[in-house]
Amino acid sequence: MADTATPAQAGSGETRRDFLYLAAGAMGAVGVGAVAWPLIDSMNPSAEVLALASTEVDLSPIEVGQRITVTWRGNPVFIDHRTQEQIQQAEAVPLDDLPDPQADDARVQQPEWLIVIGVCTHLGCVPLGQKTGQSRGEFGGWFCPCHGSHYDTSGRIRKGPAPLNLPVPPYEFTGDTSIVIG
Amino acid sequence: MSEFQTNSRVIKWIEHRMPVFSFLDHSVGRSFPAPKNLSYLWNFGSLAGLVLVIMIVTGIVLAMQYTAHVDYAFNSVERIMRDVNYGWLIRYIHMNGASFFFIVVYIHIFRGLYYGSYKAPRELLWMIGVVILLLMMATAFMGYVLPWGQMSFWGAKVITNLFSAVPFFGEGIVTWLWGGFTVDNPTLNRFFSLHYLLPFIIVAVVVLHIWALHQFGSNNPLGIDTKGPQDKIPFHPYYTVKDAFGVGVFLIFFAAMVFYAPNYMGDPVNYVQADPLATPAHIVPEWYFLPFYAILRAIPDKLLGVIAMFGSIAVLFILPWLDRSPVKSGRFRPIFRIFFVLLVIDTVVLGFAGANPPEGTWLLVGQIATAWYFLHFLIILPLLGVFERPKPLPTSISEPVLKGGGSMAGATTTPMEKA
Repeated sequence: MADTATPAQAGSGETRRDFLYLAAGAMGAVGVGAVAWPLIDSMNPSAEVLALASTEVDLSPIEVGQRITVTWRGNPVFIDHRTQEQIQQAEAVPLDDLPDPQADDARVQQPEWLIVIGVCTHLGCVPLGQKTGQSRGEFGGWFCPCHGSHYDTSGRIRKGPAPLNLPVPPYEFTGDTSIVIG
Repeated sequence: MSEFQTNSRVIKWIEHRMPVFSFLDHSVGRSFPAPKNLSYLWNFGSLAGLVLVIMIVTGIVLAMQYTAHVDYAFNSVERIMRDVNYGWLIRYIHMNGASFFFIVVYIHIFRGLYYGSYKAPRELLWMIGVVILLLMMATAFMGYVLPWGQMSFWGAKVITNLFSAVPFFGEGIVTWLWGGFTVDNPTLNRFFSLHYLLPFIIVAVVVLHIWALHQFGSNNPLGIDTKGPQDKIPFHPYYTVKDAFGVGVFLIFFAAMVFYAPNYMGDPVNYVQADPLATPAHIVPEWYFLPFYAILRAIPDKLLGVIAMFGSIAVLFILPWLDRSPVKSGRFRPIFRIFFVLLVIDTVVLGFAGANPPEGTWLLVGQIATAWYFLHFLIILPLLGVFERPKPLPTSISEPVLKGGGSMAGATTTPMEKA
């Protein structure tokens, strides 16, 4: 065929064929992608998992200096009723000393209540320090036993392999002594 | 090594319509010529195939009794151990089978490393093997999560968290992997689904592995090509019977572990039910992941640690192009032999470093061993290919045996026609 066609005809024929080839291929790729997406997205958190996304906590029974753990989205959340000493300690740290610089007042809504997600930002272990007798690390906050990360009284990373501070979950005070997390 | 022949009329009838018997004959039968000098190290390929079958058969039966739900998984495994007829036996076979699968495959891999089985023309065969290793690791990891013990849960959490090291998309990827905000019921369900699927993918890739093997046949301890019929013997009955003997020896060791020390290679903490709010004091993966775990932890940066861990497998992928020495077998490479022994020691040291907390001496040992691992593959092997002076190779497989009388009729250069 190509032998008998003039160069001009062959050229235009090939161009049109190339276009059809590319267009069909592109449509096929779009179609496969469109069908694949529902399958991929089905693996993301489902509606009932998302519906569990808020937890109410009554803070009134927590004494000064006491820490409790609540569950939010399956993860532990540390609630620390901080003493004045702990608050001053957290506020006194110069930001230059921090691997992930963040001022203490940016991490709390009321200074006496520190609320952080209790999952080490290294590889996801639960740090120690919630129960009496457990190690609180070198900075009086929390200590992760898995790979040795130390957190201070504001839940900020101070030493060890973890790259970030313990994250603060979204929460709001619904009264003087009650909060909703999430 | 003749064409497939039979007197059975039934087989002839089938063969005429679908040549399945001659296909088998060419694959593992009389028509598949293999080098006649294969040592017992060449048994481990067929042993790996055997363990794969054992794992699939016991796994299918276990799946009939297992419940993939965070509230029931742990108890359903305990029920298998206590109440199900022979449940203890089937689970112990499956559990120890995973360890023995890795023992067999690691020996198989080091065999290939020593005898240069990854070199031309078997590069693709080798790379398909590395794919099988990766699939095995994914399957073993997800299977370990299913009993929902403390080590299952926290191992899953730490390993899935590795993906959070990916820049920008890390958090989204991890949430997608979990199907939630932590390792939870959706995670357990999908791991069960994939743990059931992946072994069959492995079977498919093993078929590709054997297909690629049959293109040029097995390498051999001398690492030289077979020169003619006098260098070969039919796979059946010579190697089928040798493989069968190997299976018998293997099963003695396997049964000894299953019956007398079934929990020796496992972690006792995994007999405590998963608690998402309490991390065990010391998280370790199963023994067959320890060298990789050591590499992960040797590097203080999270992302670089993850890259190094995957890189330790990636170097195996490109190994045929890193080792440029034209001589395959380590027998004729005096300097390579020394470094091969050092590499074996290095991976064992990495295993111990992975088993211990990454502090003080063990952290340093892990870092040195990690550096040596990459040094071996990326620097030493390429340099050896240029500077090493190999010993003279025998002219044929028969020659060292027949004391110079190896050049029998036809040994000149007529290549054996591919069966």
